[in-house]
Amino acid sequence: MADTQTIEIEVLRYNPEKDHEPHFETFKVPFTHDTSVLQGLQYIKDHLDGSLTFRWSCRMAICGSCGKMVNGKPELSCHTFLRDYYPGKVRIEPLNHFPVVRDLVIDQSDFFDKKLPSIKPYVVPKEEKPVSAGTYMQTPAQFQQYYKYSQCINCLLCYAACPQYGLKPEFTGPAALALLHRYNADSRDRGWEERAEVLNAEEGVWGCTLVGYCSEVCPKQVDPARAINQNKVNSTMDYFGVRKLLMPKGGD
Amino acid sequence: MQSVQADVVVVGGGGAGLRAAIAVAESDPRLRIALVSKVVPMRSHTVAAEGGSAGVIRTDDNLDIHFDDTVGGGDWLCDQDVVEYFVAHCTEEMTQLEHWGCPWSRKDDGHVNVRFFGGMKVQRTWFAADKTGFHMLHTLFQTSHKYPSIKRYDEFFCADLVVEDGRVQGVVAIDVATGEFLLIECKAAVICTGGAGRVFGQNTNAGIVTGDGMGIAYRHGVPLRDMEFVQWHPTALPGTGVLITEGCRGEGGILTNKDGYRYLQDYGLGPLDPWPRPKAMELGPRDRLSQAFWHEEQKGRTVSTALGQAVHLDLRHLGAAKIHERLPMITEVAKVFAGVDPVVSPIPVRPAVHYTMGGILCNGQTETPLKGLYTAGECSSVGIHGANRLGSNSLAEIVVFGKVAGERAAQYAKSAPAGRSDSLNKQASAVESRLLGMLGQDKGDRVATIRDEMHETMETGVGIFRKAETMQVACSKLATLRDRLKRGIKLDDRNRVFNTEWLSAIELGFTLEIAEVIAHSALNRKESRGAHTRLDEFKERDDANFMKHTLAHRTDGGPPRLEYTPVTITKSQPKSRVYGGEGKKAELT
Repeated sequence: MADTQTIEIEVLRYNPEKDHEPHFETFKVPFTHDTSVLQGLQYIKDHLDGSLTFRWSCRMAICGSCGKMVNGKPELSCHTFLRDYYPGKVRIEPLNHFPVVRDLVIDQSDFFDKKLPSIKPYVVPKEEKPVSAGTYMQTPAQFQQYYKYSQCINCLLCYAACPQYGLKPEFTGPAALALLHRYNADSRDRGWEERAEVLNAEEGVWGCTLVGYCSEVCPKQVDPARAINQNKVNSTMDYFGVRKLLMPKGGD
Repeated sequence: MQSVQADVVVVGGGGAGLRAAIAVAESDPRLRIALVSKVVPMRSHTVAAEGGSAGVIRTDDNLDIHFDDTVGGGDWLCDQDVVEYFVAHCTEEMTQLEHWGCPWSRKDDGHVNVRFFGGMKVQRTWFAADKTGFHMLHTLFQTSHKYPSIKRYDEFFCADLVVEDGRVQGVVAIDVATGEFLLIECKAAVICTGGAGRVFGQNTNAGIVTGDGMGIAYRHGVPLRDMEFVQWHPTALPGTGVLITEGCRGEGGILTNKDGYRYLQDYGLGPLDPWPRPKAMELGPRDRLSQAFWHEEQKGRTVSTALGQAVHLDLRHLGAAKIHERLPMITEVAKVFAGVDPVVSPIPVRPAVHYTMGGILCNGQTETPLKGLYTAGECSSVGIHGANRLGSNSLAEIVVFGKVAGERAAQYAKSAPAGRSDSLNKQASAVESRLLGMLGQDKGDRVATIRDEMHETMETGVGIFRKAETMQVACSKLATLRDRLKRGIKLDDRNRVFNTEWLSAIELGFTLEIAEVIAHSALNRKESRGAHTRLDEFKERDDANFMKHTLAHRTDGGPPRLEYTPVTITKSQPKSRVYGGEGKKAELT
């Protein structure tokens, strides 16, 4: 095994019960070749300061809990390794653009209570079909229309990356709009009209200024920027009333 | 303390909890549902399930074969009436998920595809690439938005139940963001809090899998059943325990030792050819494969890695296209966490604790002995897994029995009378005082100290292979840990807002009690069956004395009191459990 080395982890601390404003605290943490940033934080919590507060769960990049700013970039901390920052320091902060609850924990309610429900994230069936009638058919081409956009783990890195969301929190934002597109693009769904208001709004796809950083930081290659900009075309067609005519199924 | 009212409280927002909540909403939209989860529901550990979910769909398969695979796989400790119900309802639940949008992998003709899993005679596993749990969970979570009667309490930690007049009438939860307590008065509660894999050190489970619901039910006198049966998944990454799906072997992956030899042929799973064939070699059941690893390690034929001993899971012969289509997550996980590209190199793997076969005692309708309390999913012991769970039966279980639990709880809630708020509040306040008291504790061990000692104790004493002597050591050590925990945990964090150290200390209380139940249940089962395998004089299955369920009852301050109850047999009398042998070559889909 590679020798154990020591790295400095600088963490943003904020305790609303005590602190007027956030500050940084530095910890010295031993690490080896395969120690993740998350494991570094866990070491601090277990052995140095049990009050350091952060979310984590699966530690294998699928639950979406452990997003942080790592040296200024939105990352899943379980998926990012201390070796890649050594011999420099690692600076860990809560995800940008969200209110901080405590230390590295952000308030996610804007996404979960507002943005996500607003896009009707479920199949609005084209035809009511009982379960006893079996599954719907989906050709590989139909499947590919939405599959990529179903991969979002709701880690919110894209919101931390999105300058528009930082400036205008009303913007529905990358993950929610990508998921909206996921359902619109599903051959089993006919909900695109019900979602059109959210999509076409100023805070919908038109809120995006094409920076594309959301897609760059996405750990699951969902490519929300593509979903959003594809929908600018759909939204324009809606505006001119031609979409229903050309693409009765909603289209990609 | 603030209090709210609901008809049904569902504790746990994973697949079982979401399915239960939806079932309540669909049975009667007037019922008020509180969905309490210590994480936002789609962070729940269902998300990490990879390979797939069982449901008979092929013309060469039928319910009897699924039944036989399950009962034989469980070494005849399954309740067969419950297995019959289960296999008969898996496929409709898979179809229901499809209607809700789950992106099941399909054949070129647009039909849903199925793959092989271990211990399975015919392909039966529905899969969404190798992210099946992720897609099932997100489908359920997103679909739950359709039902306005489901009120979510995300990041509310369930601390206790309130029981009065012999029935559940409330749930006490901590709002993690504020540290404030909330009493949810209710007529029925459904516990769907998942397993207890974090009892062990090396496991495939998320940090949240701490057995909270099992611990809460146990403290209220509900027995935990068959807890000695802990599943080691044969293929996890050394060190972290990150899961590498059985789907790899279902797609044709092979296991080799340091000499490149497919060692499973030496452990009753051969002969090698023809390959692949069902229920043989790498398509054997998880208990047998994990045990074979242990023997290889004893013989010095495993591979040394920086993080311990391993064997090789080799996928290279599948080719890049198939690996990327069927196993994209594994490819990424292997690259990031093991530094290996499975297209060009084998993945180092070893067994790690994966699943708790036992759990909260309930009948086939998910009712526990405590009135008003229902349970579904890994935390429950509904009776389908027996001594060894078949891969892909647990994802099916969470939806099949999640639905049953929701429907049953709804039905019960409609007839149950309302409770007396003042006395429920009094009980809830007592819970609050007890737990707030922990914040003032200034002596004692750190959470990590007791947790790490528990891990070490369980790994050494109650591992893949067990002996009376070492299990006895584990039982004694766990008793001392219980005493140390009782004396108090010293917390660095005395704050209320998002105090995860405090919550970890509460979780540790549950986990440690479950560890004791596992160790004592194992020590007292003087036979080998399924995942419970002994190296002392009890190497064989003993149907005369132990074809029985273990029930562990909590006692005041001592180890659990054990009793045994019969297993329900309907149509399959115990036979010897044979894998490998002759067979026809199977066509992989």
